Amino acid sequence: MAGLFYFVLGQMNDGEYDPRDIPTEFIGRNAPEFALPDLFNPEQVVSPSKLKGQVWLLNVWGTWCPECWREHDYLLHLARTRGINIVGLNWRDEAEEAKAMLVRLGNPFSQVGFDPDSSAVIDWGVYGAPETFLIDAEGIVRVKHKGAMTEKAWMKKFATHFTGNK
Amino acid sequence: MKRLLLSICLTLMAAVHAGGIEVYNFDDKAQENVYKELVDELRCLVCQNQNISASNAELAQDMRKKTVQLLKEGKSKGEITEFMSQRYGDFVLYKPPFKASTAVLWIAPFAFFIIAIWLMLRTIRARKQENELSELSDDQVKQAASLLQSNSDKDSKTS
Repeated sequence: MAGLFYFVLGQMNDGEYDPRDIPTEFIGRNAPEFALPDLFNPEQVVSPSKLKGQVWLLNVWGTWCPECWREHDYLLHLARTRGINIVGLNWRDEAEEAKAMLVRLGNPFSQVGFDPDSSAVIDWGVYGAPETFLIDAEGIVRVKHKGAMTEKAWMKKFATHFTGNK
Repeated sequence: MKRLLLSICLTLMAAVHAGGIEVYNFDDKAQENVYKELVDELRCLVCQNQNISASNAELAQDMRKKTVQLLKEGKSKGEITEFMSQRYGDFVLYKPPFKASTAVLWIAPFAFFIIAIWLMLRTIRARKQENELSELSDDQVKQAASLLQSNSDKDSKTS
């Protein structure tokens, strides 16, 4: 019994197991559609259907979320040195604060959908931030990662989907 | 004392105010009732042991808002639970449907109950058998008595 307890605790510490995790419903499904205003350029519409034909990441974040600050450097690394297209989904945030964070820390996103009232977030089954989805060229959700993006998570879950371009 | 009570009341009022009470206008009483049933049966994904009617988490607020919006669009209760479970899985339903993936959830309590009864009966039976083995029959008691008797006779003769 003690052995089992120790094992589960170890898995939790490694981030391999989260008892609060809810299995996602979206793997293998079409990416839910949304049309949100861009954070920096509200006249522009951010929408998954416009990205068909390329593999991209959708990263749900907010300035209120500490893990989002922690993963920010790694997202920058993915965007800048590996050329990954990351679309941000800014959740329940103040536009000014969100913009200020990206100006200060650098902006890893090609575009950022602004979702202050969870409209797209509920359609994507998101219940915490950060969450990162991978959408393939056919517009199908292939991966979902809950929690901060790290080198380990990237290698394990995402990297293989990008063998084409890197 | 009065002043203390007054200040407590005022503080509580301020707290209620800060919490922000949501007011929704429903089309009719029936719609309001469906809303109440739904927010009791849908689980908050943030505070996972609360339903969305009890939770003050921001996502729960938005899920309540979404529920109202869907009701106003004329969606039925079933359609709304379907909407939520398509996005958040059966976990969002406090009463998950019976299907292959949830069968264990429904059957396990009964299975454990039956196993417990079986174990209990087995233990009782084993105990009974043990008691019977340790108890001497009347014949055995007589035999023991006569053995003791003959021994003490022998002892008295030798001494």
